[in-house]
Amino acid sequence: MSKYEALTGDQAVATAMRQINPDVVAAYPITPQTETVEFFAEYVANGEVTTDFICVESEHSAMSACVGASAAGARVMTATSSQGLALMWEIVYIAASYRCPIVMSLVNRALSGPINIHCDHSDVMGARDSGWIILFSENNQEAYDNVIQAVRIAEHPDVLLPVMVCQDGFITSHSMERVEVYDDADVKAFVGIYRPERSLLDVDSPMTYGALHFYDYYYESKRQQAEAMEHARRVIPEVTEEFNRKFNRNYGLFEAYRLDDADVAVVVANSTAGTAKIVVDSLRAQGLKVGLLKPRVFRPFPAKELAEALRHLKAIAVMDRSIAFGYLNGAGPLFIELTAALALHGVHVPIADYVFGLGGRDIKPSEIESVYRDMLRVAETGRVERLVTPLSVRE
Amino acid sequence: MATKLIPKELAKKPDRLSPGHRLCAGCAAPIVVRQMLAAIDDPVVLANATGCLEVATTIYPYTAWRVPWIHNAFENAASTIAGVETAYRSLVRQGKIPERNVKFIAFGGDGGTYDIGFQALSGALERGHQFLYVCYNNEAYMNTGIQRSGATPLGAHTTTSPAGTVVPGKQQMRKDLTAIIAAHDIPYVAQAAPTQWKDLMEKTRKAVNCGGPAFLNVLASCNRGWRHETYETLEITQLAVDTCYWPLYEVENGVWRLTYKPKEKLPVEEWLKRQGRFRHLFRPENRHLIDELQAEVDRRWERLLFLCGEK
Repeated sequence: MSKYEALTGDQAVATAMRQINPDVVAAYPITPQTETVEFFAEYVANGEVTTDFICVESEHSAMSACVGASAAGARVMTATSSQGLALMWEIVYIAASYRCPIVMSLVNRALSGPINIHCDHSDVMGARDSGWIILFSENNQEAYDNVIQAVRIAEHPDVLLPVMVCQDGFITSHSMERVEVYDDADVKAFVGIYRPERSLLDVDSPMTYGALHFYDYYYESKRQQAEAMEHARRVIPEVTEEFNRKFNRNYGLFEAYRLDDADVAVVVANSTAGTAKIVVDSLRAQGLKVGLLKPRVFRPFPAKELAEALRHLKAIAVMDRSIAFGYLNGAGPLFIELTAALALHGVHVPIADYVFGLGGRDIKPSEIESVYRDMLRVAETGRVERLVTPLSVRE
Repeated sequence: MATKLIPKELAKKPDRLSPGHRLCAGCAAPIVVRQMLAAIDDPVVLANATGCLEVATTIYPYTAWRVPWIHNAFENAASTIAGVETAYRSLVRQGKIPERNVKFIAFGGDGGTYDIGFQALSGALERGHQFLYVCYNNEAYMNTGIQRSGATPLGAHTTTSPAGTVVPGKQQMRKDLTAIIAAHDIPYVAQAAPTQWKDLMEKTRKAVNCGGPAFLNVLASCNRGWRHETYETLEITQLAVDTCYWPLYEVENGVWRLTYKPKEKLPVEEWLKRQGRFRHLFRPENRHLIDELQAEVDRRWERLLFLCGEK
């Protein structure tokens, strides 16, 4: 039987980790992920898991130990934020290329500098080409659910790629919410037992991991990685479907909220989508045909599905919580990727980008409403007045 | 019964590093590795930092390793093997794999150990992982073409500490890494050289059986960087030992012990003059550097004798 508990986002992730009971966790504390590591250390100290917890001396060593443990055939998890992800960068790429099915909770926090401990998406956006599968979570429940699914996705023999599960630093990581926690046995049954095909610990048939690939083989190795990511396009919906059935959820590649008959929509990831839903409801009550698209699977990027879901609209606003410097007047990465996806699939809807919430700056319903109002005007005129708008910034 | 450390017995054991690797003629690294791995009868799992040993033994689709081996990156051999070792203990403890008495060993050059990998090494030692870290120390970044490291001795010419008309080679003394590791108070720390092969093999056995983290710093000449003939590798290595530039000792559970005392302590010049990287030191205006290096060798040797209870 599942039960409802009041958990912070960090605690929800730690709870999922307890239920998954990985063989090895190697992690280093960093705000705002710290709570996850603390809770997990308690589970270890109290014998609630059989995991070996390596409390390393840096995030670089965290990911390095994860790669070593994963190559050795262990089920491995970790968690980090911002600078921690930046420090482990080098090994984040290696983890993906060595096809290590590591699951990492990434509690999104702005990258330095200037130093800031609060939420934005500059950390994950820098890792979007690292070869990791990336899932976004609007709230604590989704973070919990995504972590459980991530294990199955990562370890699928056709995939074997690491997965990072994102949630917004402080906004969800430190907010207590009602979370449906499934029965330990049900989670255990869902994630199953990890049986790696190969292991570094097989001393009877020794393997070499991480050989030097020159120009004669490097590209083939990268092609296999790209193919694995394509396989994930098939595997993620399969795993999600099974999860939905078992736990009575309704996840997809993204969430379309009152989108079907909408004229205009906002595309926004993580916690802000929750705020945007309130705005949608209030504008709908006024008879305005507005909707929302909340990406869940960001890597692999579901370009075609997104384009189809947005094809019928008269105006689209992307809301980006980070800047892709040098692309287009402070535009964000989600905008870049979505415009490319729409163009590729022949969807010609006026689109604009709103960059918001950097370094944890609050985003108010009134500001989101102003975005919808802009879009309703664009829908009428068919013309985007301002392609990139920085929201509530002193200029 | 462990294999006796006599050549007749050891020669019967299959090599764990196969011939056909692409390390240079005259390189001491494979000698060190083969001696060390021959000393261990149990299964081994290795991690290798980026460096000559790594690139020259695993050019895909080939590998020279007949034992499980992983390369992750440059600075993280210690944290990588820590992950492997932890996975092993975890899986054994949970009954998921059988206990096979596996020994875990990381190999790194001096660049990957003294410099960029130092933090990861220190952390792994402090956490008490059961592994042996081996620094095969050729005193510079040889893989990238002979750049200075924290292990490069005073006055040595490298491509980033060139012997110029104004600056005569490296301006700083090397770091005493073995002593720094000993300060971690781990069960076993030693310094060794492949010329004293039995000493190296005995130390290897002690290290992998000490029940905790262990560290071996092994001098391993690179004839390309040290500038000598390929056949001189071991002769010059032994001169480092006999000049007390590279003393052989161990620190076992905090007890320092000299494992080799030269009958006659030779002047460091005897070692220096055989290597092209020190050639400029013999010019009159640079002779003072030889004196400084000698004074440093003497000072460290005296301290070591004191620590080992020899004085």
